[in-house]
Amino acid sequence: MDIELIKECLPLLVGGTYVTLKLVFVTMIAGLVMAIPLALMRNSKSKLLSIPAFGYIYFFRGTPLLVQLFIIYYGFSQFEAVRNSVFWFFLRDSYWCSVLAFTLNTAAYAAEIIRGAILSVQKGQIEAAISIGMSRFQIYKRIITPQASTIAIPGYSNELVLMMKGTSLASTVALLEITGITRNLIAETFMPVEMFFIAGCIYMILSSIFIGSLSFLERRLTSRLPS
Amino acid sequence: MFDLYGYGGALIAGTAGTIKVMILSLIVGLISGIAGAGAKLSGIRILSWLTDSWTIVIRGIPELILVLFVYFGGGAIINQVAALMGFDIYIEINPIVAAVFTLGLVYGAYATDVFRVSILAVAEGELEAARAIGMGRVKVFLRILFPQIWRYALPGLGNLFMILQKDTALVSVIGMNELMRNASAAVANTRKPFTFYITAALIYLGITTITTVILYFMEKRANRGVGMVS
Repeated sequence: MDIELIKECLPLLVGGTYVTLKLVFVTMIAGLVMAIPLALMRNSKSKLLSIPAFGYIYFFRGTPLLVQLFIIYYGFSQFEAVRNSVFWFFLRDSYWCSVLAFTLNTAAYAAEIIRGAILSVQKGQIEAAISIGMSRFQIYKRIITPQASTIAIPGYSNELVLMMKGTSLASTVALLEITGITRNLIAETFMPVEMFFIAGCIYMILSSIFIGSLSFLERRLTSRLPS
Repeated sequence: MFDLYGYGGALIAGTAGTIKVMILSLIVGLISGIAGAGAKLSGIRILSWLTDSWTIVIRGIPELILVLFVYFGGGAIINQVAALMGFDIYIEINPIVAAVFTLGLVYGAYATDVFRVSILAVAEGELEAARAIGMGRVKVFLRILFPQIWRYALPGLGNLFMILQKDTALVSVIGMNELMRNASAAVANTRKPFTFYITAALIYLGITTITTVILYFMEKRANRGVGMVS
């Protein structure tokens, strides 16, 4: 492998890594903000709330992320009304389209994880909380959230790594994150093996950092629990 | 909105291509997954080390990079190795081979752990009992081990298959004739991106829905008789 060439490419790839990380963090936060109400809606007894949430989750978990991204980035431009609206400023930009697609997608997966975690809190505890007169809000705050959050973490950390890997799809809408930069570099250098190897290493490092920090968080949260 | 401008046939052909990749990758994935589980449980250090690194690499690297790497880099590697060994040949990897190989190995990497856990979940006593009444190795596998591994592994394998189905859309980037690529070709000619991509999405949704139903019945069948004696 040509060391000089790698030295030249590395600054570009560091820039790409920055874009990938930005995508991941914005998506993670926006996705979580969306996922919690979605999970509560899905668990709700009211059909008016649970059916739309079910449909949303069903669509986004049942179709490929690439299709979702293409519908948002290419699809909406088909309509005159969208092109003339204020949203066009965002929808013509590949960064914001990627963020939107990844957020909608990860929210659906995270909502299912959170829903499962909420349901796994023992019924007896909730009944006990009701019988000593706690309000719904108090039950969520004191009983459900502390337990459900620890239960949700392993699944959620898996989902985060999958989402991070998913951000490589942004390269298909011409966003220059790690994969996009790598593909450009290959077009210039004709060295696919070397370039993909470097990109693969960067992704491996990122995912190990994610997995490591989330399992640290998990250990912190469960350290007080009796084993 | 659902006027497909004469591209309905192309989408159907694309769907057939997508289903072909799904099934071939599943076969490669199941075989490599079982082999990987066997290697991890074999107790041979080098084999378990190899399968562990296979899983770690697949878990950490995006499928898109892997598909592109195999398609664009795979040919180069094979040609270099062939040149080192003194063969003067030029091999170009066909997109479907690259797709099935990559997606199969991705599936297999996750499936090794599903199989490993399922094999370990079969109670040791049952195997001992089977041997004690004189069953041979093959009979023990067919009658005791396999039906139970299947039962334990099915939900995990089903989930992985759902992920695999959605990953097949990535194959469009290396130019295989599948649903996404044909939809994109239709978009390029008609300038109706929403129509075609939403149609593609609905076709994928149909495929995943049918798979979910089939898996439900398979799981029900695999679990028949469980819990009847207690």
